[in-house]
Amino acid sequence: MPQIFHRSFNTISKVTIFGAVFMVAGLCWFAAVFYRSSYVTESHLAFVQPVPFSHAHHVGQLGIDCRYCHTSVETSSFAGIPPTKTCMNCHQQIWTGSDMLEPVRESFRTGKSIPWERVHNLPGFVYFDHSIHVAKGVGCASCHGRIDEMPLTYQENTLLMEWCLECHRNPENHLRPKSKIFDMAWQPDDRESLGQQLMRENKIRTPHEMTSCSTCHR
Amino acid sequence: MSVDSKGRRYWRSLEEYLDAPEFQEMLYREFPEQASEWTNPLSRRRFLTLMGASLALMGLNGCSTQPAPREKIMPYVRQPDAIVPGKPLYFATAMPLGGVVTGVLVESHEGRPTKIEGNPGHPSSLGSSDLLMQASILGLYDPDRSQSVTYRGQARGWNEMLSEVRRALSELKKRSGEGLYILTESVTSPTLAAQWNELLVEGQFPKAKWFQYEPAGRSNVLEGAKLAFEEYAATHYDFSKADVVLSLDADFLLSGPGTLRYTRDFAARRRVRIKETKLEEVNRLYVVECGLSNTGGVADHRLALRASEIEWFAQELAVELNVSDARKPVEPHLSKRDPHLTEQARRWLKVVAKDLSEHAGKCLVLAGDTQPATLHALVHAINRTLKNVGRTIHYTAPIEAKPVDHHRQIEELVEAMVDRKVDTLLVLGGNPVYNAPVDLKFAEHLKNVGRSVHLGLYQDETAALCQWHIPEAHYLESWSDGRAHDGTASIIQPLIEPLYSGRTVHELLAALTDARYQSGLEIVREHWRTRWVHETRSGSFDEFWRSALQEGVVPGTAFAHRNLSPKTGWAERLANWQLRLPSESNNKLEIGFRPDPTLFDGRFANNGWLQELPKPVTKITWDNAAIVSPKTAERLGIGYAQSAREVSGRPGPNGGEHGQAIVDVIEITYRGRTLKAPIWIQPGHADDAVTVHLGHGRKRGGRVANGVGFDAYALRNNEAPWFDRGVEVRKIPNATHTLACTQMHHNMEERAPIRTRSLAYFKDHPYFADELGEGEIEKPEVLALIPGPQPRGRAEKLLEEEARKDPDKKRLIPLTLYSGADKQFEEESKQLGEPDEEPTQSYQWGMAIDLTTCTGCSACVVACQSENNIPVVGKEEVMRGREMHWLRIDRYFEGEPFDPSRVSAHFQPVMCMHCEKAPCELVCPVGATVHSHDGLNDMIYNRCVGTRYCSNNCPYKVRRFNFLQFADFSTGSLKLMRNPEVTVRSRGVMEKCSYCVQRIRAADIETRIEDRRIADRDLLTACQAACPAQAIVFGDLSNQNSAVYKTKEEPTNYALLASLNTQPRTTYLAALRNPNPELEAATEKKS
Repeated sequence: MPQIFHRSFNTISKVTIFGAVFMVAGLCWFAAVFYRSSYVTESHLAFVQPVPFSHAHHVGQLGIDCRYCHTSVETSSFAGIPPTKTCMNCHQQIWTGSDMLEPVRESFRTGKSIPWERVHNLPGFVYFDHSIHVAKGVGCASCHGRIDEMPLTYQENTLLMEWCLECHRNPENHLRPKSKIFDMAWQPDDRESLGQQLMRENKIRTPHEMTSCSTCHR
Repeated sequence: MSVDSKGRRYWRSLEEYLDAPEFQEMLYREFPEQASEWTNPLSRRRFLTLMGASLALMGLNGCSTQPAPREKIMPYVRQPDAIVPGKPLYFATAMPLGGVVTGVLVESHEGRPTKIEGNPGHPSSLGSSDLLMQASILGLYDPDRSQSVTYRGQARGWNEMLSEVRRALSELKKRSGEGLYILTESVTSPTLAAQWNELLVEGQFPKAKWFQYEPAGRSNVLEGAKLAFEEYAATHYDFSKADVVLSLDADFLLSGPGTLRYTRDFAARRRVRIKETKLEEVNRLYVVECGLSNTGGVADHRLALRASEIEWFAQELAVELNVSDARKPVEPHLSKRDPHLTEQARRWLKVVAKDLSEHAGKCLVLAGDTQPATLHALVHAINRTLKNVGRTIHYTAPIEAKPVDHHRQIEELVEAMVDRKVDTLLVLGGNPVYNAPVDLKFAEHLKNVGRSVHLGLYQDETAALCQWHIPEAHYLESWSDGRAHDGTASIIQPLIEPLYSGRTVHELLAALTDARYQSGLEIVREHWRTRWVHETRSGSFDEFWRSALQEGVVPGTAFAHRNLSPKTGWAERLANWQLRLPSESNNKLEIGFRPDPTLFDGRFANNGWLQELPKPVTKITWDNAAIVSPKTAERLGIGYAQSAREVSGRPGPNGGEHGQAIVDVIEITYRGRTLKAPIWIQPGHADDAVTVHLGHGRKRGGRVANGVGFDAYALRNNEAPWFDRGVEVRKIPNATHTLACTQMHHNMEERAPIRTRSLAYFKDHPYFADELGEGEIEKPEVLALIPGPQPRGRAEKLLEEEARKDPDKKRLIPLTLYSGADKQFEEESKQLGEPDEEPTQSYQWGMAIDLTTCTGCSACVVACQSENNIPVVGKEEVMRGREMHWLRIDRYFEGEPFDPSRVSAHFQPVMCMHCEKAPCELVCPVGATVHSHDGLNDMIYNRCVGTRYCSNNCPYKVRRFNFLQFADFSTGSLKLMRNPEVTVRSRGVMEKCSYCVQRIRAADIETRIEDRRIADRDLLTACQAACPAQAIVFGDLSNQNSAVYKTKEEPTNYALLASLNTQPRTTYLAALRNPNPELEAATEKKS
């Protein structure tokens, strides 16, 4: 009776058996990387918006304060997307004929909202609150990145839970003085001592308290 | 089941009382037997289809890698000033029920009303709410509401209707309105009253007729006042001044105008705080009633009499109290009526009369709405004799715009219909085809009407028989007004544009009769402007209007108290009146009609929350039943179906086990009409009487309401709308009905869950709640993990000493089989901070529930359902024990079930206890339920994989599992209703009470921004906010000044199942009753 398996199968089977370990490890590695990739998290992806609004222009060049448009960032969980009226405050007078701004004018005429694509999208079971973060000394740029350099807004960070926890576990690395919250370019001179000082001044809670599940999930 | 050490027994059903072996078996199950099965053979095919589909979709689901779906943001075009996106606003308005309004505050998220609370500034509410108020938010978003104008069932335009009806009305105008008949519900609205006046009296239709009909109205109360005082008057009570209360069939703690206020005042006089309360000032409540009500359940003494005997009781009482002329009304009827009270009742009466006369001026006698006018007149005389008028009882002008006898009114209307006098009938609200007395044959005679127009929330039974139907605006969509129980007027303002272009009665009237269209706002505002000008108030009208809207009450509109006494000859009038009552029948069995405790007269039948809410006393859901006493059931040979074993294929007496009670069906024959009804045996119900609840058996009520229960209106006669003798009951052989009843769900076995003693006992044994019942293990734990006062007792002290000797000896019984658990706990507790360490920055949340004041009204259950997006599961699923209420109210009976007068009830709200050593947390394989820094037992839905180990290990049985996709993700209008701060759970996820964590976190953030600590007033849980008795106290245990800390210092504070050493954060104050020693002694002697 001839052999069913060719001699080379010996090698192949050995490679397969030993290789399986690497295969599994590789798959795990791939899954971990894939899970954090921008394909999944949608970070660094700019979306086509009804109006190609540029923060780089409005914030970076014109220097408009964040709170001029995002009015409720200090008082509410939701920072607020400006109503069309806010756009028209200026654009009734400048760039009045621009084709790019036609959807804004149309919205103002018809009373229909501008359907913006949501850039920072949290799952339904996560409850994030802007007001407390701002009050405790987390700057806009800490999460949103250099908005003032974004022509089209994109998500700077992964928004994965591990990313949230990184700060909730070590808040001292991300705090800034209250006067610098809305300052995009601010960098600390001495991160370590400033962090400790702000932890005390702003009455930041312990990581144990800030990582309770119901802090964000309810 | 063992007997508690002091010989008291508490039981939830007759099986438990009789301790059947099947009951024992059931106790040991986590969920009822079938909870995890899917045994509906009809849907097997559909199940396979769904399985196939979900497998396929599971694959698809894998493709969507992004954790959150893509969304759009739609900002405002012009943002209203008041709105801060993400922050709710609260508006004051008022909810009308039977014409009478109660003030509410409505939470609104970006224009969507989502939650109802009581208005703290409104005299009828003082911030509390009842179950109907809480559930009305679901009524607003009900997808079954009528959505367009119809003519004979065909959709038509509003304008088409308008031109058609206007043409008819202009014809009628030529005859000054002769032939125009209008039927409304009870009206207290000043605006509507003015509109009627303008139209009918002064205006274009002087000969038109206006009728009012409420099936569960308060005609008896008004007629009673008229009998006594020769004029209509409203009566309301001041329980804060009443030391002794005698209720004659009045369920004032659960229903009727002013009930929230009454409960609040009553509870304030009943609450015992050892440092503040003078024990002799605690009030005492006597109740005489037929069926066991909540008021009767929590009474200190209760006498079960048939409804018709209560008037006799009152007569005898009046004689005993030396009310002048008290004999006169009785004399002519002595021969006809059966004047004999039982020996027990007589003795009872004498003691009560003595107690009342000893507290003259500080007592209160009140009569129920269902008792005849004569009894009300008699009670007025009694209260006058007892000098209560002006002290505990107040008379004012009637709050109704036009007080009438509703039953006479509907009769007159039908007579006119029979005589074909009715050219045009406007039915503005109400559903007379369904709820008019059956002997009037309203539906049949409606055919004689030339033109009929119906305004209603639903395409209901009346809409089907009327030619035109117009959708009505829900009160949360309306501009209107109304009066509270004491006459205080409130403006009803809309929270949202009408969802289905409904109109209010004001708008419809104006549109039909006035050439220029007026909006509801204009009509109501104009009316109040006229009033304001007329009464020449100071300031500007705008100021007045704004403040009235903002406060939810129009200041200074409460009616002045009047000093009325029965006019001479009242006794003779009573005697004459009684002749008009139906004569006695020899057949002794009596039938009683009551509005349903959750559906009222049937208007809330399409509300899933109210259908699924267990009825406070019977705990039946999704059904009604003919309620009889155990003795009567025995006599009639009916009961839990003998054949239950064969029917279900399972053992068990089925008195509520598995969430289902398989019961016999009876045929009730009354005045030539018959009705089939399932039977329910209710301990405490008077013998020889059957009580049926109105409001079920709808045919065109909507998808939820249709076909649920039987229609008791089919037996109700206009002559005797509330009770009558002469009923025959026959058991239908071999017929059974399955009721969904939750009374035996989530049973905690015999571990003395409820503890109660008399005030006298409490005086000598303030720490009685910590005395152990038989079979209870001594609480072995020494070191308390929670700050704040602990339930303590002698066991505690003993062990404290032992612990000093041997600090390692902490637990005598291992909490789990996992030996590492102890160590883990110790480490964790060190992390959390021992109580003797300096106080940490964290809050420590805790709750105390006072069982003395809890009346079991169930408002908290619906409030919780509304706040936490809890789904409705339906009758089938309730029968499998899958109801989702996070908060349940356990009802325990005490006493002797075969003596109805010796049955009392105790109510105990049970929700997640947030145990410091939570058994559920240890067994979760994925860490989906863990402790938070501030002591909450967090439930993380997105981690839960649905093993159900946690609920298996929970001794309190408070965890609820989404066995199926219960949350409705597909109905658009319901999405608007949900609380955006709480995750809507999907299938396969465990859930439970979170102490309203969303409210805690919101208050936490708000106060941290303001850099202060959370105070008691900043944070109320939904159940606490709703509770009219203020029995639920929640707050921070790390703050010694918080209300909850102080409440837990009470000696009666005890923990549920403390011997298991779960260290629950929710504890209870044992129930104290204040029985009269004289009656107590008599009962003891007898037994």
